[in-house]
Amino acid sequence: MSGASTLLEVRGLVKHFPLKKDLLGRGGGVVRAVDGVDFSVHTGETLGVVGESGCGKSTTARLLMHLIEPDRGDIIFDGVAVGGRDLSLKAFRRQSQMVFQDSYASLNPRLTIEDSIAFAPQVHGLPYQQAVQRARDLLARVGLEPRRFAERYPHELSGGQRQRVNIARALALQPRLVILDEAVSALDKSVEAQVLNLLLDLKDEFGLTYVFISHDLNVVRYMSDRVMVMYLGQVVEIGEAEALFEAPRHPYTRALLSSIPSMDPDRRTEVPPLAGDPPNPINPPSGCRFHTRCTQAQPVCAQRVPALASGGGSHPVACLMFEAGSGHTAAPDQAVTSTSATAPAASLATEGA
Amino acid sequence: MTQPSNTPDATTSMHTAEAPFVDIRGLTVTFTAGRKPVRAVDGVDLQVQRGEVVALIGESGSGKSVTLRSLLRLHTPRHTKMGGQMRVGEHDVLALSPGALADYRGRVASMIFQEPLLALDPVYTVGAQIVESIRRHENVSAAQAQQRALELFERVRIPSPGRRLQAYPHEMSGGMRQRAMIALALACRPQLLLADEPTTALDATVQIQILLLLRELQRDLGLAVVFVTHDIGAAVEVADRIAVMYAGRIVEEGPARTLIREPRHPYTLALLKSRAHGALAKSSRLETIGGAPPDLSALPPGCAFAERCAWAQDGCRQSAPEPVLLAPGHQARCFRTEATAPTVSTPAPH
Repeated sequence: MSGASTLLEVRGLVKHFPLKKDLLGRGGGVVRAVDGVDFSVHTGETLGVVGESGCGKSTTARLLMHLIEPDRGDIIFDGVAVGGRDLSLKAFRRQSQMVFQDSYASLNPRLTIEDSIAFAPQVHGLPYQQAVQRARDLLARVGLEPRRFAERYPHELSGGQRQRVNIARALALQPRLVILDEAVSALDKSVEAQVLNLLLDLKDEFGLTYVFISHDLNVVRYMSDRVMVMYLGQVVEIGEAEALFEAPRHPYTRALLSSIPSMDPDRRTEVPPLAGDPPNPINPPSGCRFHTRCTQAQPVCAQRVPALASGGGSHPVACLMFEAGSGHTAAPDQAVTSTSATAPAASLATEGA
Repeated sequence: MTQPSNTPDATTSMHTAEAPFVDIRGLTVTFTAGRKPVRAVDGVDLQVQRGEVVALIGESGSGKSVTLRSLLRLHTPRHTKMGGQMRVGEHDVLALSPGALADYRGRVASMIFQEPLLALDPVYTVGAQIVESIRRHENVSAAQAQQRALELFERVRIPSPGRRLQAYPHEMSGGMRQRAMIALALACRPQLLLADEPTTALDATVQIQILLLLRELQRDLGLAVVFVTHDIGAAVEVADRIAVMYAGRIVEEGPARTLIREPRHPYTLALLKSRAHGALAKSSRLETIGGAPPDLSALPPGCAFAERCAWAQDGCRQSAPEPVLLAPGHQARCFRTEATAPTVSTPAPH
């Protein structure tokens, strides 16, 4: 992937939501929903995003689309800053579209699906007749025969059919980037499989780039070229999907992946890989935010913030165990060689088995 | 209104030594509120022993939740017609009077729901709701009930239980609320626990904690559990037996191990294949089931899955198949079980 060009680059993205003060002026903290996120999306790839609820994955998606304004940070699309003089929001949104989880809430109940799909192209200057023709072509492409479906309203469709409409609408502006925020999570498994296949076919056909957000780790693995793991508003690990799933480095990623049901009655999980719910992003823990739930945590983890870096390993991870001279006993020495940096991963693997 | 039918064979099985704790025979549920009656459950037979976990799996509209809710008679009587037999312990569920039904709910059988925030009362503390439930069923003092509530919170591993009893539902996290609802369901020491998608709204990391808790409680308290889920993975984690539902019927039922490794009903096979799983190659496409489930207000005369089935023959569309016993405890409602045997695993042409 190193040779691939970068379609979207995110630098230092921050979004804090202020809390309301109560009558006595107490409270008034901030929810650190996204707290310093850097990553890039290569042209033509699918970047999967995983993490527990409250980790900031959906906020990140909305920030990427500028549905909410970031407090700090830059979003650079194809080399140009979004929202600046060279790439207005309107021009950006022509090239970048989003599909949401709730297929019903994201469609206007008073528009036929044909009009819903044709709406955005008209906003962007396409004459009505052409926009409708494009809508009908897209309906056919996502497997909804236009003659039967074009005139229907959203409530007349099943969940899977509605999500196909949402996908068609996202493609109506011929975008280059599509952000899928839990787009298949509300669907039954057999319908989910149909929609996933459709997404893969469309990606090949139109040369799309996907940011695929889901809590279903199996689906993310199947769909993604690279995967980004988030925890409490920060990226803890990012790498090639197979490398990350086969040899996760961060203790959180390990725990997350071993929470996947085994599908084998003889190999049931006996001990939960993680205790408790994710902590509140209002007052995230100091140092490494995962240290309160981490089995490998040491005193230094509460003090020092780990940086997202490869540390000689296969892909970037934010954990003091891989940071040379961090003070964690599993960390490599200052004079780091690539072989010693992988040692902590190996020792963790034997403990987990 | 509910009316138990008088099937002659219902009485014969009751006097055997190993009588199942839950015995459902020929359950039908029809909703009559709409223009056309909807047959949501179309003849379900299900037995659950004491200390056994049975998972009902299936997709939306397969009738799994309706079956489960029937065990507490939660459907509006005005718009629901129920038939068949349901026995839980010595109770004939469909014949219970309103007073007896209120005693039965919570005391004999109780339920945990998918969304605890909707199931718990937002204006009372969780502790008050548990105390109320205990005192509704048992003649104990408020202090004793309070003490029981505390023990329950410890039992479901809620940290700082004394303080949490004073919390309102909205003050708890999702996983904590689900634990609180399990505590509430167990308040009156029921023997049957019904779980309706209890982990669907939870993160994977929290889901596995709740599944392990359910397994532990079931083992320690000897509960019979019926667990409804659309997630086969969750079912495999907790269930002794799995029953697959499609269009209001159980189409395949067997020990969890057998059902996962040697599924025989074409629908079960297709369902297992359509899942994205660990080692799936990137270039491959998922196998999908063509078509859609049948309209429950106009069920076909034959097998409800025939329209989507790769093995279907003419006979499948004419009459509905009866369960075929494949191995002890493993049965499938299918005419073509020889064709789906493990040695012939690829769909044969029609």
